Amino acid sequence: MALEFPDDLKYLDTHEYARVDEDDAIVTIGISAFALDQLGDIVFLELPDVGDTVEKGETFGTVESVKAVEDLKSPVNGDVLERNEAIVDSPEQIVDDPYGDAWLIKIKAENLEDLDDAMSADEYRDQVEGS
Amino acid sequence: MTSLRTPLYDLSANLKARFTEFAGWEMPVQYSGIKQEHQAVRTAAGLFDISHMGKFFLRGQGVLAALQTLVPSDLSRLTPGEAQYTVLLNPQGGIIDDLIIYSQGTELDGRERVAIIVNAATTDKDKAWMTEHLSADIAFEDVSRDRALIAVQGPEAVAQLQRLTAEDLDKVGRFGHIEGTVLGQPAFLARTGYTGEDGFEVMMSADGGQALWQTLVENGVMPCGLGARDTLRLEAAMALYGQDITDDTTPLEAGLKWLVHLDGAGEFIGRQVLEQQSTDGVARRLVGLQMEGRNIARHDYPVMQDGAAVGIVTSGTLSPTLGYPIALAYVPANLGKVGQSLAVEIRGKTFPAQVVKKPFYKRKTS
Repeated sequence: MALEFPDDLKYLDTHEYARVDEDDAIVTIGISAFALDQLGDIVFLELPDVGDTVEKGETFGTVESVKAVEDLKSPVNGDVLERNEAIVDSPEQIVDDPYGDAWLIKIKAENLEDLDDAMSADEYRDQVEGS
Repeated sequence: MTSLRTPLYDLSANLKARFTEFAGWEMPVQYSGIKQEHQAVRTAAGLFDISHMGKFFLRGQGVLAALQTLVPSDLSRLTPGEAQYTVLLNPQGGIIDDLIIYSQGTELDGRERVAIIVNAATTDKDKAWMTEHLSADIAFEDVSRDRALIAVQGPEAVAQLQRLTAEDLDKVGRFGHIEGTVLGQPAFLARTGYTGEDGFEVMMSADGGQALWQTLVENGVMPCGLGARDTLRLEAAMALYGQDITDDTTPLEAGLKWLVHLDGAGEFIGRQVLEQQSTDGVARRLVGLQMEGRNIARHDYPVMQDGAAVGIVTSGTLSPTLGYPIALAYVPANLGKVGQSLAVEIRGKTFPAQVVKKPFYKRKTS
């Protein structure tokens, strides 16, 4: 089964994706289908609280599968506007809709130029499928 | 160095297993998913490729008496067809490895036959230790890289295996073993496992193992990887060598007192330390922890009490069967009683935990 990487998202080499709302400078962060496939069953998510500050390239939370613990990195500087309580409560469902219902946090970005070095869907696909 | 592959590697690759490097072997870590595989073993049957484990056959005069000098269990209790789970000890009482010793009886010329199965990562170390301490008259055959070893585990495992052999498996008790045929090929069948369920571990030639694997899969037994093997054994509170038991932990500290027979085992390497600990009590104990929240305690996380680190987590996971995080941890003996409140430090924060009874999961026996 081919993994999907929607064209309207930006991707980090640490396998988070970013959905950018240009008008309001709001960035929605999630985990790519590739990373979820690699991790296997997700059993735990730790996310920052609303109002917390996140920094580009810094860890804002963790995702745990049965076997592994992985840091989650932010692609931008900003403040956490929302976190997805439903997915924190049922982390095993993240794989069902990683780019939709299973987003993690929404960030009010200080500067959307932080995302300039993120990858396009094509670039990301090349990276993960070439590996 | 290229990784070793078991005789079942290609069959696992065909099943789209995800592989991982383990003790020098390229081993399947999961097939359909750890939770699904785990559940299959708890409710039906699963099969595991454990061909990477060390497999030795010893033959000679007085093999068990010679092995007795290396282990704290009374091997004179072993009758042919029985097996003993035990540990090799260093002079400090630390565990060189955990292993199973199978008594296969005595030949007409008086030579004893003994099979031994050890961990993959410690195969070479164990072999060196044993051959160093055993008489050269004892033939030591290492078939670790040649034979297939398959674990069939779960409430339906025995029935699944029974379809493929004429041997009456009901007559083989827990830790019993027989030599017979499976699918018409020679097999060593032992009623042992590392999942907390009933089942067998079957050693065959590479060809025989491949045939057994394929037939069990075709008959609906779920292929399971090392991932599920780890969550299953942890629920059953079975120790993992290199994490829960090491060269620096004694069997008494690790809660393996049931395999230490100071009365019957005679002189064995490490005895003095075990005697001392038996008299004085141990300073630390391997205990079961249940996390009170959802945060998962994992290997090497500190165990905390009143803000100070008092112990260390050796294994931890979210229990697929129980739905909450469980862990094994070494803690000071006075903090090791069931019901004791402790905490585990996870990424800089502490989360409450409680000492609970081991095993975390126990199968219902009918």
